[in-house]
Amino acid sequence: MSWIRRNLVVIVGLVVMVYVLLPNLVVIAYSFNKPNGRFNFQFTQFSFDAWTNACGTPGICDSLVLSLQIGVVASLVATVLGTMVAFALGRHRFRGRAATNLLIFLPMATPEVVMGSSLLTLFIALGVPSGRTTILIAHIMFCLSFVVVTVKARVASLDPRLEEAAADLYASPAQTFIKVTFPLVAPGIAAGALLAFSLSFDDYIITNFNASPSSVTFPMYVWGAAQRGVPVQINVIGSIMFLGSLAIVAIGQLISSRRTKVA
Amino acid sequence: MAEAVLRAPRRETPSAAVRHVRRNWVPYLLLAPGLIWLLIFFAVPTLSLASQSLQTGDVDNGFVLTWHWQTYTDALSSYWSQLLRSLVYAGVATLLTLLFGYPLAWFIAHRSGRWKNFLLVLVIAPFFTSFLIRTLAWQTILGDSGLLVDLTQLTHTTFLLDGFKAVLRALGLIANDQLLFSPFAVISGLTYNFLPFMVLPLYANLERLDLRLTEAAADLYASPLETFRRVIWPLSLPGVVAGTLLTFIPATGDYINSVLLGSTQTTMIGQVIDGQFLRVLDYPTAAALSFVLMALIISVVVVYVRRAGTEELV
Repeated sequence: MSWIRRNLVVIVGLVVMVYVLLPNLVVIAYSFNKPNGRFNFQFTQFSFDAWTNACGTPGICDSLVLSLQIGVVASLVATVLGTMVAFALGRHRFRGRAATNLLIFLPMATPEVVMGSSLLTLFIALGVPSGRTTILIAHIMFCLSFVVVTVKARVASLDPRLEEAAADLYASPAQTFIKVTFPLVAPGIAAGALLAFSLSFDDYIITNFNASPSSVTFPMYVWGAAQRGVPVQINVIGSIMFLGSLAIVAIGQLISSRRTKVA
Repeated sequence: MAEAVLRAPRRETPSAAVRHVRRNWVPYLLLAPGLIWLLIFFAVPTLSLASQSLQTGDVDNGFVLTWHWQTYTDALSSYWSQLLRSLVYAGVATLLTLLFGYPLAWFIAHRSGRWKNFLLVLVIAPFFTSFLIRTLAWQTILGDSGLLVDLTQLTHTTFLLDGFKAVLRALGLIANDQLLFSPFAVISGLTYNFLPFMVLPLYANLERLDLRLTEAAADLYASPLETFRRVIWPLSLPGVVAGTLLTFIPATGDYINSVLLGSTQTTMIGQVIDGQFLRVLDYPTAAALSFVLMALIISVVVVYVRRAGTEELV
């Protein structure tokens, strides 16, 4: 009894962990299903069909490629712009700081449906047709703030004495930046870029407002499928994304732990 | 716009040395591209939305700004129940994520030992599997002949499920025998989907908490409950505020859960805005509703942050 009391938080924590992971496990398990109807709700028969034919449903891989392209471009642009803003906020005193902070914070405090619809009103007013470009503009806009916040935290935690030491050792400002500042901030920039990519790749609501029938992203494809009938291939791609991201993190962890051992 | 931003510092230091002036330019040069992007594609659209909400007309003949405030009263009287429902569902889901997320964050921060990084990755990993796919998985789990029903039949524990359903029915969270397509399913979906947004800021906060403080409280004869109430909870408040905001704001505007897991009785305001914009093409009503939603969220957030006593937002 006292053992339960002492470890209550561990037990509850593990139960919540199961709750967090359950849908992912269901997605993986049902990717081996061969359902009878158009919907993949009941496990009828074990099969590798969907895995051997992952692009088997029309449009699914096209939408995946489009989402990857938009995710890469949007996260790159948002990371460059956001990192610049983060350096300005973390390193410089200037007028208009409070207003800048507000402008960065507001997009994070605005519901997606409001951002998506307001951007659509602007595009309608300007007569800009919806499509890949409008999706890209929207994604860069809502990813930017998250990059700024992530990178700013890293810049703020940087020890200014390291840069002073570099200057004392006759490094030019450019050399100091390239050899000292940037490598130290790089993990924060990488985290910001990764966050931006996952936000862009997963977004449905804002994208749906600014997309056209010829620019269907993967989340839009899944949404459409949810009304018409869900092909098993969706589970296959979901499983690959989940296991793939775990693998990438594991490899990253291995590399960084090896590096700390060497150093 | 850009020129005005760039010219500002020069006026401040007209007589400074050239190098000094250049240094003062740097922050504005760094800020310019990002802020201009946000001004054009976030601030201007918000104003354009405000103007849209006061226009009259239709898609074919165009809209004219007529300061038609009645759109707001009409929209509110038609859709107040969906607005209220969004706030209630998001509020309940936020409380539940706090209830589930707090033990999990504490467990990862202080009791997981060398598994800490692994568990953190598992909390973030669902981010990388599509939000929609995971929500669809809840259809599979909660469905009439879904995983939950199969599991209880297999383990001869259907009485547990029946008891659970009776409780939900008493609370008005399910209408009949169905778990799916009910307020219960929508709130569960919201809770599940936004849980990582609660756990991460809580974890970041609790990890820094000095455990010696709890030992000190125990030494001074505080019961575990008192230690939590008077030491741990007040210190974790910034994490709680950040987590609840990151959960409540997106949950209020969300309609993915209410569409995929709910019924016509669980429509949330985001769904109405989406429909008015993209299907009914009644832009003024949709814009007015967007604005009301934003105003409601901002006022809830302001009151809440004042109450919690933390002025620091992020």
